[in-house]
Amino acid sequence: MPEQKPWDETTGSGAISGAGAGGGMDLAMDEGVTLEKTPGGPEGTGPAGKPRSLWSDAWRDLRRNPVFIISGLVILFLVIISIWPSLITDQDPLNCDLAKAQEGSQPGHPFGFDGQGCDVYTRTVYGARTSVTVGVLSTVGVSLLGGVLGGLAGFFGGAWDAVLSRITDVFFGIPVVLGGLVFLSVVTSSTVWPVIGFIVLLGWPQIARIARGSVITAKQNDYVQAARALGASNPRMMLRHIMPNAIAPVIVVATIALGTYISLEATLSYLGVGLKPPAVSWGIDISAASQYVRNAPHMLLWPAGALAVTVLAFIMLGDAVRDALDPKLR
Amino acid sequence: MLLEVRDLHVEFHTRDGVAKAVNGVNYSVAEGETLAVLGESGSGKSVTAQAIMGILDTPPGKISGGEILFQGRDLLKLKPEERRRVRGQEMAMIFQDALSSLNPVLSVGEQLGEMFVVHRGMSRGDAKAKAIELMDRVRIPAARERVGNFPHQFSGGMRQRIMIAMALALEPDLIIADEPTTALDVTVQAQVMELLAELQRELNMGLILITHDLGVVADVADKIAVMYAGRIVETSPVHDIYEAPAHPYTKGLLRSIPRLDQKGRELYAIKGLPPNLLHIPPGCAFHPRCPMAQAVCRTDVPPLYTVDEERRSACHFWKETLDAR
Amino acid sequence: MHADGAGRGDGTGAVGSTLLSEARETGRTRPYAEGDPILEVRGLVKHYPLTRGILFKKQIGAVKAVDGVDFDLAAGETLGIVGESGCGKSTVAKMLVHLEPPTGGSIRYKGEDVTQLSGRALKAVRRNIQMVFQDPYTSLNPRMTVGDIIGEPYEIHPEVAPKGNRRQKVQDLLDVVGLNPEYINRYPHQFSGGQRQRIGIARGLALNPEIIVADEPVSALDVSVQAQVVNLLDRLQAEFSLSFLFIAHDLSIVRHISDRVGVMYLGRIVEIGTDEEIYDHPTHPYTQALLSAVPVPDPTARDHRERIILHGDVPSPANIPSGCRFRTRCWKAQERCELEVPLLAVPAVLRDVDSPARHDSACHFAEEKQVVPQEAPGWEATPGQEEAPGPEQGQGLRREDGSGQGDAPASPPTGETGDKE
Repeated sequence: MPEQKPWDETTGSGAISGAGAGGGMDLAMDEGVTLEKTPGGPEGTGPAGKPRSLWSDAWRDLRRNPVFIISGLVILFLVIISIWPSLITDQDPLNCDLAKAQEGSQPGHPFGFDGQGCDVYTRTVYGARTSVTVGVLSTVGVSLLGGVLGGLAGFFGGAWDAVLSRITDVFFGIPVVLGGLVFLSVVTSSTVWPVIGFIVLLGWPQIARIARGSVITAKQNDYVQAARALGASNPRMMLRHIMPNAIAPVIVVATIALGTYISLEATLSYLGVGLKPPAVSWGIDISAASQYVRNAPHMLLWPAGALAVTVLAFIMLGDAVRDALDPKLR
Repeated sequence: MLLEVRDLHVEFHTRDGVAKAVNGVNYSVAEGETLAVLGESGSGKSVTAQAIMGILDTPPGKISGGEILFQGRDLLKLKPEERRRVRGQEMAMIFQDALSSLNPVLSVGEQLGEMFVVHRGMSRGDAKAKAIELMDRVRIPAARERVGNFPHQFSGGMRQRIMIAMALALEPDLIIADEPTTALDVTVQAQVMELLAELQRELNMGLILITHDLGVVADVADKIAVMYAGRIVETSPVHDIYEAPAHPYTKGLLRSIPRLDQKGRELYAIKGLPPNLLHIPPGCAFHPRCPMAQAVCRTDVPPLYTVDEERRSACHFWKETLDAR
Repeated sequence: MHADGAGRGDGTGAVGSTLLSEARETGRTRPYAEGDPILEVRGLVKHYPLTRGILFKKQIGAVKAVDGVDFDLAAGETLGIVGESGCGKSTVAKMLVHLEPPTGGSIRYKGEDVTQLSGRALKAVRRNIQMVFQDPYTSLNPRMTVGDIIGEPYEIHPEVAPKGNRRQKVQDLLDVVGLNPEYINRYPHQFSGGQRQRIGIARGLALNPEIIVADEPVSALDVSVQAQVVNLLDRLQAEFSLSFLFIAHDLSIVRHISDRVGVMYLGRIVEIGTDEEIYDHPTHPYTQALLSAVPVPDPTARDHRERIILHGDVPSPANIPSGCRFRTRCWKAQERCELEVPLLAVPAVLRDVDSPARHDSACHFAEEKQVVPQEAPGWEATPGQEEAPGPEQGQGLRREDGSGQGDAPASPPTGETGDKE
């Protein structure tokens, strides 16, 4: 990305005339400053203006949105305990005592024990780490792969676009869970990587499609033509002009998708093809606990509840982000 | 008096404050008369029209005062169903962009016919015949063959005529046309305006023409109301205002438009910009841009002074403005 | 500022065989001398193919957006191009700044055909021909500061301004277009439409071009702001010795700012001449109809002004009528018009006449007809105010009542609005 010129901010305290919106809108909704230096014109009073980028406007909207605040706090909490689970639990999730299997809540073990005698509370906490890791890494992978491919297809059009669209069509046709069962059953590793790889493999078309559409829309704006008329190279147009303006829908979809990827990992682990022991995953716990739901519901409830809350938090975040970015999208 | 707007106030509540879009507007239209409402962006002309029609977005908009008397009844006091009935049958509106005002998935005949099916209880067959009749009236060629066509199959000028046909279908008493020809080419514009004028004469309707184009106004209007920052700053019969404007804003506008029949060296330009409706300047809203502004203009809001029997001007110095002709 | 001979009259005129052969000789450079037109456009064509089929596309026709345009632009001159939507004027603009490659024809900048250039040579030429766009709301990148927007030309062409100097240059440009240089860090949405357009103009000036192509630069602005921007363009032209190609559909504005005007219809220029020739002595029926349709802000004109109403719609550019393309809407159309394409040249009947009607016009039956009312209520400057001097009063009152000069094959329909198909 070309370096941003560090224009110094002058503390201009010059008189500022009243703001107004230009032609086209019957209502001057734009606040802030209009900066007319007409010779000899009187300059009235108006709100003092500071540079206000569209991103900072969006952030301002976001900050005031209660949905964002709540989901943000939940996610922050989840991220913290993913990195430092020892903050709220001092036990080892793999340290299980069969003798205590299925026992209910006890001092020091607020959620009781699961079928293997492992502490449900600790396993739930460590499960967060898995979910967050899988969710974040998958989303990053999907966004990069889908964003780049979709963006290039939208930018260049023509044959690139035709080929990419057909490829995405193929991938869209693959049922996700079924594909997971087939693909992951041959994998023996019990780490998160196969699952992440699979999610990225099947998830990128969705982002690619969004990115492609968004780039095509951005491309039609005059300022892209203006850059071309100046002699801008393709990389410059893509990075400086198109990407910053096309990225907002991608961000929104990716944030919401994060929630669904967490849920997908849990599903695959539940089915036995996702993560496998000794990895700790809510899906695994839910699967193991489902047969005991009558007798010892606590084994199922806590991991399932944690999963639900986590997914909900990310989806709410995505909603709030969409609301903040939407009105600014042009 | 067909329509009388009295002291209308409309506000918009935004997260940055209250924008006063309409600040005490008064105007009236008689039967068979054409009132042109002239103003630029932010003047409040469209908002006033929307308030009259009752199609204002009520959050964030809000009618905070005034009366809208239509054939003697205050529309603002009517029940919603009653208001809707008036809107459908007695008043109609024509918008700027016909393509987005017409439903793209319904044929033109269906959209026109719907008016009759819904409001007059006609059968589909009768309604279709009526639709063809309307299309003929607005001079769409080969109406019988084209009644099944969709909006995108018509040119811009034709679409605008279809909009006019829809507006006229139930023979309303009042038509509000919000920038009906701004998006059209000049030759088409001429055709459409001529059609509108003719139909108005035929049906003896009142017409409110909202525009920023002083040329169009000169052709069709009987009287003009000039709006600025949500207020009426001048009203006058059309001939007088071009020869001798009584408000500096009107004067500035007239001066600043380039004329086809003249080539000047430099255009007169009103300095400055229209005000932010969140922070309207105190006193006369125009004073920061006015070449004649004095101390009193900064503090006292000018009322609509009487210039003569039919002319009003909201300027403390209307006399000087008039005389400086 | 008037062009002098070069690029006017017979020089540009006859699109005869010599010019056609020139149009074919693309890539040739001709030596450029002082006084030659700075831009020579010959036979400019842009056809968009219409294809059928998904895999193997077969061309079944073409949208002929621009179908043979010739004009010259002299140094320091403003050439206005007017026409209605679909006439191709915006496409011409885009081809001049190489946003669309022409399908045919040549554009010579100082003798060198730029349509064939690419790479570094093209980039160098781009410095000299810049564009100002129509829509102030989409022509500026909303995510860049004003300083970045105006400074971008320097990033793309670093040889024009050394790095240390750029900020100053940007601020100077802001000052030149009438904006406060202190707000270099603001974003476009913090400005009004007219101010954004000024920013766009500043960007166009950054590389110190010789030619600016303005594609409807004031159409999207309020009336009172239009005047400000038009005045600005006028001033800049004088200050920086610019040549303008001013494209618009608003005939009044074009007259005001242009030295010469070309009228386009369906991809070709149908009449071209000085502003006085076109506006006061139009000879092509389309020009006459266009001028008569423009509303004049004068209610008295209503009564004694002739209105020429054209029948029907503009034909589709995919299906252009044979012969004279205007014939389907022209009241003078005869058999000859269907068979023979009229050339853009001085009409035969006017060749020996010494009158402003003697300018290029593409009509077999070209005939002068005054459409624009000659009288105008003059505006006197208010004493005590510094105003630009008002326009001159017309010499006496001359009524327009529809009679042309000489024999016309038919008279235009006036006042009726019928559509005869």
